Amino acid sequence: MSLAKRIIPCLDCENGRVVKGVKFLDIRDAGDPVEVAKRYCDQGADEITFLDITASSDDRETTVHTVEAIASQVFIPLTVGGGIRTLEDIRIMLNAGADKVAINTSAVLNPEFVKQAADKFGSQCIVVAIDAKQVSGEGEPLQWEIFTHGGRKPTGLDAIEWAKRMVAYGAGEILLTSMDRDGTKNGFDLALNRAISETVSVPVIASGGVGNLQHLVEGITEGKVDAVLAASIFHFGEFSIPEAKKYMASKGIVVR
Amino acid sequence: MNRVVVIDYGMGNLHSVGKALEHVDKNISLSITSDAQQIQDADRLIFPGVGAMRDCMAEIKRLKIDKLLKEARLEKPILGICVGMQAMLDFSEENNGVDCIGLFPGRVERFSEGQKDENNELLKVPHMGWNEVKQTFEHPMWHNIVDKSRFYFVHSYYVTPDTCKENSATIVGESTYPKAFCSALADDNIFAVQFHPEKSQSCGLQLLKNFLSWDGQV
Repeated sequence: MSLAKRIIPCLDCENGRVVKGVKFLDIRDAGDPVEVAKRYCDQGADEITFLDITASSDDRETTVHTVEAIASQVFIPLTVGGGIRTLEDIRIMLNAGADKVAINTSAVLNPEFVKQAADKFGSQCIVVAIDAKQVSGEGEPLQWEIFTHGGRKPTGLDAIEWAKRMVAYGAGEILLTSMDRDGTKNGFDLALNRAISETVSVPVIASGGVGNLQHLVEGITEGKVDAVLAASIFHFGEFSIPEAKKYMASKGIVVR
Repeated sequence: MNRVVVIDYGMGNLHSVGKALEHVDKNISLSITSDAQQIQDADRLIFPGVGAMRDCMAEIKRLKIDKLLKEARLEKPILGICVGMQAMLDFSEENNGVDCIGLFPGRVERFSEGQKDENNELLKVPHMGWNEVKQTFEHPMWHNIVDKSRFYFVHSYYVTPDTCKENSATIVGESTYPKAFCSALADDNIFAVQFHPEKSQSCGLQLLKNFLSWDGQV
């Protein structure tokens, strides 16, 4: 008996539709988020992550309605991220039915925000999303830096130090995206995931780069993470959640 | 009409529980409230909870939920969920120690950090995700749920099994992380679970369905 490793399909949504970009560009339409979330839940997904990548804040209403619609039909945990800037934003999303919120840019701009959020709502619902890019050159010791604004803005923050600090501030989970790998289908940045997962006490979700089922396995066995997140391999029907679980189980990973 | 009250003491989002209950039975009369009269009039109660124990207990006492639960346990089925379950015991280690409602004896302790599993992998705290629940006691609430089904957990504190021995509730479900802890307790009208049935897909919905028709007897 042991805790199962989680498979989390991610819905990147813009203006109420699921989209998935390649290196944050070239967006393809992948459907209605409520239908997609329900399908994944029925297939046995362990959680759903919903990331609102709508640039303007005008469409927050759409997002809240979408979260409400998903939460009334999907009885597995739901994490909502994108544009979470204030305690009020968190309250609105939790009331709409989210179980956790993912905080990214706002944590970098104001780290105290994570502390306040964890104090008010509890660490169990505060996920800190980290977008990291390798900054060390060949032959140098590995180093990753935090980037914001979809990978465009460097922050000067070391990824490992940042993850430790966020956990100390009350993050209950880390959603770790490799900006080098996101959308490439070349697999997770295993060294990055391992470095952070072995440093922090809270669960880490690996994100960015999944192109096949072996990548999911490697995330767990070599990246040492607690959960694996993927979008496009599921959205475009290349693999289903049951196929992913069957393959992971065949490699000795405990899945639900 | 099956009158169900989800007890709201201001800690966290209770809509998920409500939505899941309505999903399994559209004909219930559901209220999410701290109103004493509604709690007293209900046919069955759900006592959920998230967040820190000290804040939870402060609100529970302020709203006199502890007193209402002590009365209700003699009269109608009660389902405790997560921190709601923990609050039913005597004492929690959280926040440097908090006295809880004490519906039955028992202690709540924190998972130690840095523990490893049998493969020498680090076990994270909170214990978050889908873990097996071994049904250690035959109970009507387990109806149509296969033994060792997985349910969704998210918690850093747990009910220790060894403190629930005498004159206390019966351990009806057990899980491991890496040591055994109590994932479900039952006593007369009370059934309490550490996991979140409202987030545990079909098994969780079945448990809620069982609760809606449970008469409180074992």
